[in-house]
Amino acid sequence: MTDALTLQFDSLACQRDGRALFAELNLTAPAGTCVELLGANGAGKSTLLRTLAGLHSQYQGTFQSPPAVYQGHRLGLDELLTPLENLAWFAGLESCVFDQTKALALAARLGILALAHTPCGKLSAGQQRRVAMIRWVLSGRRLWLLDEPLTALDTHAQAWLNEIIAEHCQSGGSVVCATHTDLSVPLKTVLNLRPPPEQASW
Amino acid sequence: MVGALLLREWKILLRARASIVNPMAFLLLSTLLFAIAAPQLVAEPSQQASGILWVLVLFTQLLSLDAMFRRDYDSGTLEQSLIMADVPFVAVLIRIFVQWLGTGLVIVIATPVIGPLLGLSWSAVPGTMLALLLGTPALSLLGSIGAGITVGFSRGGIILALLVLPLFLPVLIFGTDIVNAAGAGLNYTAQAYWLALITLVALIVSPFAALAGLRISVEMQ
Repeated sequence: MTDALTLQFDSLACQRDGRALFAELNLTAPAGTCVELLGANGAGKSTLLRTLAGLHSQYQGTFQSPPAVYQGHRLGLDELLTPLENLAWFAGLESCVFDQTKALALAARLGILALAHTPCGKLSAGQQRRVAMIRWVLSGRRLWLLDEPLTALDTHAQAWLNEIIAEHCQSGGSVVCATHTDLSVPLKTVLNLRPPPEQASW
Repeated sequence: MVGALLLREWKILLRARASIVNPMAFLLLSTLLFAIAAPQLVAEPSQQASGILWVLVLFTQLLSLDAMFRRDYDSGTLEQSLIMADVPFVAVLIRIFVQWLGTGLVIVIATPVIGPLLGLSWSAVPGTMLALLLGTPALSLLGSIGAGITVGFSRGGIILALLVLPLFLPVLIFGTDIVNAAGAGLNYTAQAYWLALITLVALIVSPFAALAGLRISVEMQ
């Protein structure tokens, strides 16, 4: 059975600049699934995530994806604005009311409460990533597309990331996460990207 | 949605003052260069003033257009507003409006200072301000098309100029005509209507074209 929150690929294959990246993918991930996306550098993990987010149109096959939060290598935080102002803007984009209490509670949990009013340009790479984590939780969208979210995070923050992903899946959300480090999330599905056969032969 | 987006753009405009100061400094400096290189312009009101003023305004706009989407593109907020926004069109329109506030509107306000430096007669100043008020929104709107397409290029400035300057021609023609008519004490209602029409057409067409260009730029990165 598929509903609107199910993520599904039917023989999906992506190209980049005319070059085929991976063989036909088939997947059905009902709500509550965490898909761990593995593959070598250049295997097409980022391209697959961008395709699902609607930013990449060179693909064959079909996919069905609920509206998603996409986290690429560029975090989407304006360096002149404080974390709270950035989060308020993200809420505004989705036309939902910004829940400042919840945002501050999450900031406290992720250890960046003291930085809530510091411009993002003055935060370290790991601290900026923590701000981005708050944004996923605050979003009303139920599918998270995360591109190497463990980058620049210290061990504490990595543990929090795993917790947040596990909580999101428990509450019926879905995650597709490209990573080179194993996620310690229960009940994850591993999807391995391999180059198409004609390219693998040489 | 509109409120939160406007609030963000307003805060950035206030904190990144270079986006207002740089184009205005450019306009003022190039005006002074004309006044020094061709002092006969300043000595008595002349016909050339209208043309020089408008060309300088076009160049100032070009300078500012290059930066229109660049910060948002580099930080990733642009791709986020394409993905997350209920209506991405509104996000683009707001960006164009705020760029106009920081450039076009400031030029209009500065006209009484810059115009006479270029030999514009005082009687022509109100007409010139009207012409710029009607014309500069069209420059921001039409320019956003080129800015959206070239934002992915690391050195898009020249290509932006080649794409956008031809689009500016109708604005230049009617804009200078209003200034000349105002200087000669003639009625310029017809030209003002034409300029308003150009701006309205640009308002209808440009945000969609800019959005399409931005989608291509984000996909190419």
